[in-house]
Amino acid sequence: MRRQRSVDVLVVGAGPAGLAAAASLAGSGAATVEVLEREARAGGVPRHCHHGGFGRWGAATGPRYAEDLVEAALGAGAAVRAGVSATGWSGPLSVDTTGPHGLERITARAVVLATGARERPRTARLVPGSRPAGVFTTGELQQAVHVYRQEIGTRAVVVGAEPVSYAARSALRRAGVDVAALVTEEARAQVSRGRAAAARVPLLTGVSVAELLGRERLSGVRLRRRDGRERVLSCDTVVFTGDFVPDHELARRGGVLLDAGTRGPAVDMSFRTASPGVFAVGSGVHAVEPARVAAGEGVRVARAVRGHLGGVGWPCGAVPVVADAPLRWVAPNRLVPGASGGRFILRTAEALVCPVLVVRQDGRFLYRQRVLGAVLANRGLYLSGGWVGKVDAGGGPVRVAVG
Amino acid sequence: MSVTTKGPLPAEPYDVTVVGAGVVGSAIARELAGHHRLRVALVEASGDVGNGTSKANTAILHTGFDAVPGSLEARLVREGSRLLAAYAAESGIPVEPVGALLVAWNEEQLSALPGLLEKAERNGYDDARIIGADEVRAREPHLGEGALGALDVPGESIICPWTTTLAYATQAVRGGVDLHLNSEVQKVSSAPGADAQCHELSTPRGVVRTRYLINAAGLHADALDRRLLGRGEFTVTPRRGQLIVFDKLARDLVSHILLPVPTALGKGVLVAPTVYGNVLLGPTAEELDDKGATHTTHDGLADLRAKGRRILPALLDEEVTAVYAGLRAATEYDDYQIHSAPEERYITVGGIRSTGLTASMAIAEYVVGLLADAAGPDLDLTVGGNLDPVSMPNLGEAFPRPYQRADLIATDPAYGSIVCHCERVTRGEIRDALISTVPPGSLDGLRRRTRARGGRCQGFYCGAAVRELFDGWGESGAAR
Repeated sequence: MRRQRSVDVLVVGAGPAGLAAAASLAGSGAATVEVLEREARAGGVPRHCHHGGFGRWGAATGPRYAEDLVEAALGAGAAVRAGVSATGWSGPLSVDTTGPHGLERITARAVVLATGARERPRTARLVPGSRPAGVFTTGELQQAVHVYRQEIGTRAVVVGAEPVSYAARSALRRAGVDVAALVTEEARAQVSRGRAAAARVPLLTGVSVAELLGRERLSGVRLRRRDGRERVLSCDTVVFTGDFVPDHELARRGGVLLDAGTRGPAVDMSFRTASPGVFAVGSGVHAVEPARVAAGEGVRVARAVRGHLGGVGWPCGAVPVVADAPLRWVAPNRLVPGASGGRFILRTAEALVCPVLVVRQDGRFLYRQRVLGAVLANRGLYLSGGWVGKVDAGGGPVRVAVG
Repeated sequence: MSVTTKGPLPAEPYDVTVVGAGVVGSAIARELAGHHRLRVALVEASGDVGNGTSKANTAILHTGFDAVPGSLEARLVREGSRLLAAYAAESGIPVEPVGALLVAWNEEQLSALPGLLEKAERNGYDDARIIGADEVRAREPHLGEGALGALDVPGESIICPWTTTLAYATQAVRGGVDLHLNSEVQKVSSAPGADAQCHELSTPRGVVRTRYLINAAGLHADALDRRLLGRGEFTVTPRRGQLIVFDKLARDLVSHILLPVPTALGKGVLVAPTVYGNVLLGPTAEELDDKGATHTTHDGLADLRAKGRRILPALLDEEVTAVYAGLRAATEYDDYQIHSAPEERYITVGGIRSTGLTASMAIAEYVVGLLADAAGPDLDLTVGGNLDPVSMPNLGEAFPRPYQRADLIATDPAYGSIVCHCERVTRGEIRDALISTVPPGSLDGLRRRTRARGGRCQGFYCGAAVRELFDGWGESGAAR
């Protein structure tokens, strides 16, 4: 009852990473490329980010940027199929799908996972209290406001003070919702002081949400300061922002090795996973980076996929790259023999001032890099990859630490 | 056949009215619908069926192996288990006979197992046996260190509590019962002055008049009892159980319902798979006096996590999908409190604790038996009409769901259009729920009928789309 088909490259996820990979691969003309998108429309999260900052010069809005990506992929000759979900695997490179036209089994020579990320909801953050209506993540809020134009509420509290939290604040303002405050456990907003000030909203730092109140509808949140003092802020809406996790279900169901830090598939400098023929890029690997970073990875994975289709062997054996606390994770996180150059993305759990990143393998010094300025928790931190040629392919894990 | 949610209630008296559309009240209403052609009402305070204790429990179909031998509960659980298993198979309610292991973590618990085995046998359950540490380890490889042995109870199953209540209510309504939602019974008057033949139930939507009254009001059964009889047979003390639901990706970590060995301090915390493919950790047991305290607490969740870490350490690394709390209707008695007051044409069905889901059909048969005795020739309970079978939407992960069925999608592409990606709920299923016999009154009600918005992202991807569908269908049942 499942229709069986074959393509050269199957890309799962039509966000910036997947669409850029598809455009680049189809553009080279050497392969049939198909992109699956489970949402009703292709484009990924930028579709509902109605603010600027997208595109090469940051001049495009999210929806415009998403449209351009879709057009580029289609224009290059890729098939983009929205409303089709990859539900599982029937073989190492065979994906089962469900769509309005029925069930399919698509076998590819290369599969690129570009499944994106999502924010952890209130439940996963173990915020206690009642279960009233009026509790959102930014993703749900933005779709409700910008795509469906739904009623949200009257007075909101935004949990988090990251760029995405300020995007949530904008969406709330667009929906006519009064924002009582942004609250963060951090000591300051995770954006520039100028941007925080421009948002014109009270910012409560060193504060966590201790409990949600209300029965049918949210009536308030109980906030707790670090010193234990509490207060109730009344509101009918709360938005949990940030705390992104890769959507790794398909990878995990396929037995693709995950990285303990990122919780996404473990990948090498060419975005190859430990499963031959399976690549992974974008926020599904490391949640989350700006759309242009994800799209850049899409372009780079295309080169590696072409190599794979051209018969370049899949590397066996890899040295893991591990981030030591307070660093939370590093990506890519597998080094295979012959790797060179590139760039690593890291996250830190705590704010750091002018940190020195030190790379070692089995205690052997490989590289040191000073990062200028303050690095905020959960914000991007980058490490140059000039040292990867020095890694002993037979050695232990490479450790990145704050020196 | 009717379901009402607002507006005035019918003036004409009912023969029998059941108060409380939880799993027990709905089962009784269904039983009444099946036995004769009486005018029957099912009256519910909230906006949906199964909206109290019934929606938030551990979802286990018990064998009754650990009941108090000789109690009414033991008997009704034993009978109800058999009845519900058969009904579930016929109605498409997901049940998985995964079996239970009561794991002993210390010598004291190990020494309690023979007594529990003997108790199971006294309850007429002969399939239990004691297994050693090696067999426990072989059957549950992810179990924490230190399990010394277990009582193996192969007959324990997991079930979907949501579609069970919904199936009863659906069949009751199709069988002619009037279901009145948003009709909290605030006052009961049975004074002869008004109408010697009728109880009058005051609700915000007006008065329901009924000749016979069955109280299945769960947590509030004691209050109704007092109002009607002027005295109380029992007092309901809400016992809160907080639970954590882990992601579907944790499902492979556990094969059985892992029950604790009961101690003097209570039944303790279990780890169990759910028919939805998740893993449940809980419940806590907190005696409260607030019947509305269905909120989780920091301490409760921390306590569960500490206990869960011991039972199944790897579970704690998995994402949490939901946290919730339910209130069991505990009383000062060890047994169910089912009492008939023939003079008052009244039956109380109280103190139905966590076994109520399992026992529901047997409770219904028993209560209708009591009603027949109380009413005598006044109510004709001899004529048994046949109810048309119901077919519930399958919410179970172990059975084919619409998104997996090419045949269904070929007849209607809406079943191939996945809206909620985490739970793989299709547009077709959401539409079906919204135009069903007992449609959901809220997004949470829709979640309990379809699982939409109930997955790991809690609506990050689908929340707005699901709300759009919910609002679009509206009360008329017509698509916009």
